[in-house]
Amino acid sequence: MKDKIKGRVWKFGDDIDTDIIIPGRYLVITDENELAKHVMEGLDPEFYSKTEEGDIILAGKNFGCGSSREHAPIALKAAGISAVVAESFARIFYRNAINVGLPLLEFEEISSSFDEGEEIELDMDKGVLKNERTGKEYEVKKLPEFMLEILNNGGLIPYLKEKLKEEM
Amino acid sequence: MPMTMAEKIMAKASGNREAKAGEIVMANIDVAMTHDLTGPLSVESFRKIGLKNVWDPDKIVVLFDHQVPADSLDAAANHIMLREFVEEQSINNFYDVREGVCHQVLPEKGHIVPGEVVVGTDSHTCTHGALGAFSTGIGSTDMAMVFATGKLWFKIPETIKFDIQGSLKDYVYAKDVVLHIIGEIGADGATYKACEFAGETTRKMSVSERMVLCNMAIEMGGKTGLVEPDEKTVNYLKNRTNKEYEILRTDPDAESLKTLEINVNDLEPQIACPHNVDNVKPISEVDGTSIDQVFLGSCTNGRLEDLRTAAEIVKGHQVSDKVRMLVIPASREVYLQAMDEGLLRIFAESGALVCNPCCGPCLGGHIGLVGPGEVSLSTSNRNFQGRQGSPEAEVYLSSAAVAASSALNGSITDPRE
Repeated sequence: MKDKIKGRVWKFGDDIDTDIIIPGRYLVITDENELAKHVMEGLDPEFYSKTEEGDIILAGKNFGCGSSREHAPIALKAAGISAVVAESFARIFYRNAINVGLPLLEFEEISSSFDEGEEIELDMDKGVLKNERTGKEYEVKKLPEFMLEILNNGGLIPYLKEKLKEEM
Repeated sequence: MPMTMAEKIMAKASGNREAKAGEIVMANIDVAMTHDLTGPLSVESFRKIGLKNVWDPDKIVVLFDHQVPADSLDAAANHIMLREFVEEQSINNFYDVREGVCHQVLPEKGHIVPGEVVVGTDSHTCTHGALGAFSTGIGSTDMAMVFATGKLWFKIPETIKFDIQGSLKDYVYAKDVVLHIIGEIGADGATYKACEFAGETTRKMSVSERMVLCNMAIEMGGKTGLVEPDEKTVNYLKNRTNKEYEILRTDPDAESLKTLEINVNDLEPQIACPHNVDNVKPISEVDGTSIDQVFLGSCTNGRLEDLRTAAEIVKGHQVSDKVRMLVIPASREVYLQAMDEGLLRIFAESGALVCNPCCGPCLGGHIGLVGPGEVSLSTSNRNFQGRQGSPEAEVYLSSAAVAASSALNGSITDPRE
């Protein structure tokens, strides 16, 4: 993971559940590029075709609520979404995103600080969000060190492999 | 130090004498469950770690319930892959297409006992807290870590104790109680909290009803549901398990405990309206809403009590011509008992379809999908947009009694009428 992540903003509301992120009928798919084509289909069937590599999702409360399906953060990541910033996250999604290497941050004043289409920069190490248009910076709570370490390794599996190597 | 049940279980699992909400611990896992929908990703992730064998095949349970029997070549391929994994890893606790929904089958088969830590790659794994286990849903990568090491990190949750008091009126059930609670505190009202259900109303409930409460803890963001084990728990476990277990209880003066009092004396049947589980209204406000499909089943309300309640209402009547009614017992055990009691015959005579034990239309990935513009009334646990098929369909959630009376009328109907 890069220390600074920059991308174009897509905004969503509260309670974006995992059935919206990836509907149940696609869960038989395990190929991440196939999953990506259906990302956010529950709300916007065209979303995948509109996104570009590096885009960032900004959302309201309780992002990722519902099912434990890891297909949800996998589909977002494979669609090129480089990070999700939300007012709050549902906990299973939160763990899953870190585990698959999708960076997250929590920020309570999203609606008043960013508009759709603007550029946002995330400094994961410092815990700072920057609106590239207005130049304004917002301090947010950093992720715990061990989660940053998992993200820096690209997810829990590469992290675990690294740890197992160290032990041997 | 006074502790909650959740803290005591986590302390025990992590080899500590004490544990406090907010601490991060590495806990030993007692039961790790995966199913046909999230199992393939779990196995793929485990393979990527590069270990040959799982940590302990006897603590792993693999079960097929979401797409049984296979409804597509993709589903069949997933089943084949998991059967091979089970064989290769000598996993004896394997339930192929014939047993039913994981959250009913695991307790029935004696895998769940009080005081243990249970994880499953299914968000409704919180159901098992009804027997006093700390039980929670995890993703596939976390499960790969469990397969490899038998351990997982947890931030120990604070506890919300729902002190439920009062007597439920006729035709009001555990489902109405939990929908009412979710409506009050919201879909994120218990995020990362252990939701402990207590009080005289909970004590009077059967283990099945307690499972309904715990099942829906995740719909308010809860980490696990919990009910303090009592003689009903012990009776349920008798003849089902030979595992030893320890009953742990919340100390009333535990620091991380917050108590909410709920009085259910005047509660009427509750309905969760589209498209959020916390959009809960008393039935009087949605009475008469036209419906196209009724689903009686799922890990929330597909148990024997639910089938009995519904059968009593539909007996001798016909399901409305405008409605398709699907009855899906949650497990083979439930199916057989319902057969012995003549309930399946009552449903079939009334014009309902009785299907094999499985998750059914709950997640919109198998049988009984609803199309654009259609309305489903379901006894399951989620009504998210697109959950049961088309994003242009609507899903309402209710008890089994409301589902049955509504199926007869073709519209949402108060069973007390």
